Amino acid sequence: MSDALKGFLQMGGRALGALIVAFALATVADPAAAQKKPIKIGFSMALTGGLAGAGKAALIGMEIWRDDVNKQGGLLGRPVEFVYYDDATQPAKVPGIYSKLLDVDKVDLVVSSYGTNEIAPAMPIVMRKKLVFPSLFGLAVNEEFKYDRYFQIMPSGPEPKTDWSRGFFELAMAQKSKPRTIAIVAADAEFALNAAAGARENAKKFGLNIVYDKTYPPATTDFTPIVRAIQATNPDIVYVGSYPPDSTGMVKAANEVGLKTKLFGGGMVGLQFAAIQKNLGPMLNGIVNYDFWVPEPTLNFPGVNEFLAKYKAAAKDKGVDPLGHYLPPFAYAYLQVLGQSVEAVKSLDQAKLAAHMHQTTFDTVVGKVKFGKNGEWARSRVLFVQFRDVKPDNLEQFAGPGKRIVLHPKEWKSGDIVYPYKQ
Amino acid sequence: MFSFDLLANGLVAGILLGGFYAAVAIGLAITFGQLDIVNIAHPAFVIAGSYAAWILNSRFGLDPVLIGVMVAPVFFFVGAAIYRIYYAAFERTGQESLSGLAFFFGVMFIIEVVLILVYGVDYRLVSAGYIGDTIQVGVVGIPLRMLVPFAVATALTAGIYLYLSRTFMGRAILAVAQDRLALQLMGADPVRIKQFAFGLAIATTAIAGSLLIIIGPVEPSVGRLYIGRVFAIVVLGGMGSIPGMFIAAMILGVAESLVATFMGPSWAPAVAFGLLLLTLAIRPSGLFGRQ
Repeated sequence: MSDALKGFLQMGGRALGALIVAFALATVADPAAAQKKPIKIGFSMALTGGLAGAGKAALIGMEIWRDDVNKQGGLLGRPVEFVYYDDATQPAKVPGIYSKLLDVDKVDLVVSSYGTNEIAPAMPIVMRKKLVFPSLFGLAVNEEFKYDRYFQIMPSGPEPKTDWSRGFFELAMAQKSKPRTIAIVAADAEFALNAAAGARENAKKFGLNIVYDKTYPPATTDFTPIVRAIQATNPDIVYVGSYPPDSTGMVKAANEVGLKTKLFGGGMVGLQFAAIQKNLGPMLNGIVNYDFWVPEPTLNFPGVNEFLAKYKAAAKDKGVDPLGHYLPPFAYAYLQVLGQSVEAVKSLDQAKLAAHMHQTTFDTVVGKVKFGKNGEWARSRVLFVQFRDVKPDNLEQFAGPGKRIVLHPKEWKSGDIVYPYKQ
Repeated sequence: MFSFDLLANGLVAGILLGGFYAAVAIGLAITFGQLDIVNIAHPAFVIAGSYAAWILNSRFGLDPVLIGVMVAPVFFFVGAAIYRIYYAAFERTGQESLSGLAFFFGVMFIIEVVLILVYGVDYRLVSAGYIGDTIQVGVVGIPLRMLVPFAVATALTAGIYLYLSRTFMGRAILAVAQDRLALQLMGADPVRIKQFAFGLAIATTAIAGSLLIIIGPVEPSVGRLYIGRVFAIVVLGGMGSIPGMFIAAMILGVAESLVATFMGPSWAPAVAFGLLLLTLAIRPSGLFGRQ
């Protein structure tokens, strides 16, 4: 090595050393710089497996919130950073992920994964650390835990099990030719079983005679035998609690068998997803199903259209729901609730955050959100919408109003029911 | 609730469903039943077939079944290449039992992850003129969405059966399943024959995948739901017997359908697998297996 090169390297080394010392001194001397440390929000998310379609769409919504917040200077002047892991739609993975987030990654705040089955396993860990736990679309998760720092963004209401289907029954009972009998069919899985249990309670409350009440395993391929068995009992209304592939199978089977009933639908997950809507097309007409947000004029909340425009651009070519009406606005909103609370209490103190979240009505892209004592929405806003005038093979028709008419609750109603159900 | 209408419809629905199960299981009857390769990735190949059908159907509007037939040769070569890797890495060194199983688990995950990375996780469906239509024969309604897969599956099973029993290569495949050493002593190359057979089995998954996506929506991990069922069909049929596999698929389909109609769908898997256990207790080698 030449002397000139040696000298150059020595000088470079000294300069680097000086730079490190200067940086360390500046960091110690300037607490403001130390405070710029990002606020880490940790969560698990279903990015592969059965719920990945929804999980990935939710993540896009969450990332839009993070970018929006960071553009406005972050939370408490600190940038927001996500630390997340794929739970592969396997509940067994969730406890390990939250332990790692809290003990190894040392996140400041946690939020839940998507869906009842993925939220429940995180509860014991989050509860042990006494953290606030904004959660995304869990049905009646807190019924057993009774955790006072749990805040659930799905608008199922204070009594989630029964509130979930109450609107469906109120609609049916408000018709001139009142139904007398009901068939209830649900998937053999946590959410659908809860939905069916709530429907059963509502059926009893409204004096309906349950003539068919069965569950089916998640791997069911053909639904025509189930629909025929239901038809054989001649029910006035049919309540279905199902997941996306089953919902598709059930709707197709109902059309193929020619199901004759007055009201058909209820708790079918998947009929809110654009790809499935496009494929089923006119087979959807007349079905009355739950939803949480649809592009009807009565639900035009401040910020929701701007959010959806960003989502549409971000979701393009990512193989997720291209319209994102169902979950993404709520994924954005549950972080809005958390973010607004952090700014309001000006700290990450979990007790203060929880107290604030219990007291406040939040303005979000999904409307005003107020939590009740058990962490569910203080008032239910489960919408019951009816598919109308759906044309075949057209995705864009679902982007605007007129295809999913809000029938219930009255406050958000955008049209009247077509009754009885006709194919 | 019992009625003749329900019974007739349940039977027909079960037979149609069984036909579809046969299409999914036939490839495994070759790999697992005849070649002794525990190809746990078999349903993942079926899903890859569904994605091929979805891509070409949504881009060019081609019929899903036609797409299945068109892409089957591509699947054949992919299958043959995978067998080569499997042979070189595990079978040749005698590590095929446990390491080979891990290998096919790996293949399954790779297929799933590639599908997720390239096409995302949204549900995929196809359009075809017959989806949604039903033909009425007396009291029995036959949905074309199930009839088309049944017809294609029956033709596929008959074709494979005739190929294996009537052609030189087919008989060689059956021979390699029975006595590999004897085949070697006769101057044939068992590795080449197994490679061909494995390719053939994977080619059938292209068609099975196109049938699956006609019946319902598909996402990358949905194949896992079929692992238990297809292995059960192959075992019940008698490990490698094509007619046995077809009848086993029918039994499973009819059992599921009738139980779903008369007892409730949640009992369907229990009764179907109970039937499997009962058959194996009476005939340990399966319905058409050699004693």
